[in-house]
Amino acid sequence: MLVDLIALFLAASILLYSLLAGADFGAGMLEAFVRGDRAEEERKIISHAIGPVWEANHVWLILAIVILFMGFPKAYTALSITFHIPLALMLLGVVLRGCAFAFRHYDVARDRAHLYYAAIFVLSSFLAPLMLGIVAGASLLGATSPPEAGFYAAFVRPWANLFSFAVGVFTCVLFAFLAAVYLIGETTDPPIQRIFVRRAIITNVLAILAGIAVFLAAEFDGLALARMFAGRALSLGSMIGATVLLVPLWVAVKRHRTHLARVLVAGQVALVLIGWFRLQYPIIFNSRSDPLTIYTAAAPDPALRYLLYALVVGSLIIFPALFYLLKVFKWSATQEA
Amino acid sequence: MKQFSKECASPSSIPRKLSTQAVVSARAAPRQIGSYAVHAMFTCGPLESPRPAELTTPVTDLFAARSQMAISLGFHIVFASIGMAMPFVMAISHWRWLRTKEPVYLDLTKAWSKGVAIFFATGAVSGTVLSFELGLLWPNFMEYAGPISGLPFAWEGTAFFLEAIALGIFLYGWNRVHPWAHWASGVVVGLSGVASALFVICANAWMNAPAGFDWVDGKPINIDPVAAMFNRAALHQGLHMTIAAFCATGYAVAGIHAIGLLKNPASAFHASAFRIAVFIGALAAVVQPLHGDRLAKQTAVLQPAKFAAMESLFRTAKGAPLTIGGIPSEETQTVRYGIEIPGLLSFLAHGDFDAVVPGLDQFPREHWPPIAVTHIAFQIMVGIGVLLAAIGAWSLFALWRRPVWLHSRKALWLFALCTPLGFIAIEAGWTVTEVGRQPWIIYGYMKTSEAVTPMPGLVYPMMGFTAVYLLLAFIVTWLLVRQFRHVG
Repeated sequence: MLVDLIALFLAASILLYSLLAGADFGAGMLEAFVRGDRAEEERKIISHAIGPVWEANHVWLILAIVILFMGFPKAYTALSITFHIPLALMLLGVVLRGCAFAFRHYDVARDRAHLYYAAIFVLSSFLAPLMLGIVAGASLLGATSPPEAGFYAAFVRPWANLFSFAVGVFTCVLFAFLAAVYLIGETTDPPIQRIFVRRAIITNVLAILAGIAVFLAAEFDGLALARMFAGRALSLGSMIGATVLLVPLWVAVKRHRTHLARVLVAGQVALVLIGWFRLQYPIIFNSRSDPLTIYTAAAPDPALRYLLYALVVGSLIIFPALFYLLKVFKWSATQEA
Repeated sequence: MKQFSKECASPSSIPRKLSTQAVVSARAAPRQIGSYAVHAMFTCGPLESPRPAELTTPVTDLFAARSQMAISLGFHIVFASIGMAMPFVMAISHWRWLRTKEPVYLDLTKAWSKGVAIFFATGAVSGTVLSFELGLLWPNFMEYAGPISGLPFAWEGTAFFLEAIALGIFLYGWNRVHPWAHWASGVVVGLSGVASALFVICANAWMNAPAGFDWVDGKPINIDPVAAMFNRAALHQGLHMTIAAFCATGYAVAGIHAIGLLKNPASAFHASAFRIAVFIGALAAVVQPLHGDRLAKQTAVLQPAKFAAMESLFRTAKGAPLTIGGIPSEETQTVRYGIEIPGLLSFLAHGDFDAVVPGLDQFPREHWPPIAVTHIAFQIMVGIGVLLAAIGAWSLFALWRRPVWLHSRKALWLFALCTPLGFIAIEAGWTVTEVGRQPWIIYGYMKTSEAVTPMPGLVYPMMGFTAVYLLLAFIVTWLLVRQFRHVG
């Protein structure tokens, strides 16, 4: 019971990280495709959308990692050892994205340096979610070997495979889709809105293709993903729900109901993640030699209990504050010049 | 036999080795270490050496992991310190702007907030790296330590959330929220920054003064996360770091604006900034040695081996001398070029010129931390601390009675030269804490060499992260210079 509650908090942190910080990374990816005479304006909107919120959004990742190491230390340890390389690369992405963004925003001089900031910002916005997705895919695939099996088998092959890579790409595309829909509401300028709508259409199509690729890659790497989905009503239902939600989403976009569109796209991504969580449950790390579930990886009861108190009290503080932040910057109609 | 083992259960012994005979309780340790430490050392004497052959990890990997951790911490600590202290420095000028409506205070607050935004972002992401690196580099440590000492991190998560939210409102909310709510958001950034730091240091202090578990058959059981969080080292270590952050930030900001005043003596902008920063830095610097003395006394009791290394005391002595400066040699067990003041170390450690201070000879050679690094880092920290405290006392008097003194060119030069000193002292202080704890990662329970990840080739991530951090340090410095030229 206690374990399930902690696992629920972990899932919620990952979910909120994806819905909030995922979109910040997605916006960074979209910046790669900024072209033409409205490029500068589009960049400004992206910066302005991310600016006040990205640091708060980022904290969900820290929270997830803290829950993992205090609540499920064996899983944290095993994941850290096996996925050292992709996690280190993800961190590189996180550090460079954050720094490049802050440097760009606060560098008073306007010169060539800004080209480098932009390049690093865009590249690292791809790198971090790609690696995050790879680790997520690889933990489900569980193609692990003990350290004695050699460097490649133990530390590279578990994540360097088609399925993990497909999940990484899917994560990137999903985040970009999320960002494109969110961004429509960040401007009232019709031509720019049209640009973001077009990006939303493209990323939506790509997300569907990438989703199919994940299933194909799973077959290739010997993971019965389709059968796993079929066997779990919640996963299957979530996937169908996410697909069905596309209809009201596009109606909302067409009618310029930007807030509604944001809620719908967030719901859609949330459903994808919930489907995934159900697929994993109760396994955290599907390691071939030593599969770790939330029960076998759980910390002793006192740790879980005090962690739960901290999370509950923390939520009571965080959510009102977060609500205020989003209210000030995301739900007010006026745009600061 | 059982009683004997219990007495030996000070960190100078190896609890794990005794676990077949007795349950070693870290919950009892807080009381025990205090009263028994020195006694136990004399009755038990140096214990047998630890298992030699179990280290499958090559030394180079261990060294690379330690280097990467040191670089990551050393980088993060600068940004975290500024993120802690700077909001309060800004709150003063912001408050003056709201009260007096003098534009110079608005300019100042805005200029500072740009710097803070850069430092905060870099601090936030480099802190994230650390929370992952704990697992990437020290998985075997985290498997045990996570449940026991993870609690402060859970609270730190909340504090950090508040900090990030308040910062967003402070940086972007100039025209969006009520002016005083906006001011308050700045103060919340500072308060939650200090809270974050205190929480994280609780977890670090636990490594120095483990508490909240029983160590049975090489594993912790009966864990008590609350006892672990409020371990005996937490309070003083946390206070020491917090004061240090204010001292270092105050002096660094004062130094930068002193340079501005040297270039442009008429600048009201730099003059206001300089006075606020001097006030904060000087106040912290004067308090720090008083509190540092408490921390040193505590370390003498909780971690006698670290204390002996800090002071380079090779031989146990009654009326032990204080060695100032000098280069200790582990081979000859002597200190060259140091100044010895008879009896002073006994007085500083135990308040009695004749007290017995245990030297390194009480510990088996395998349990010595690197003596030269620990000693020299400690000398640097204390030396800078004393210097800044003296300047601080003088500055506080000047601010109170003779403000013109501070604006003399000599004083401005002095402050300009002091710009990096506080941060050098912080780095040196963390070197003492971390290197002085070696070879242990959990003092008395787990060795650093046992905690490192089995992944080979750790030298490559170490080089990668070092390169990135060097690059970022360079860019941040360069950005500050650009910013400074722009406003100056």
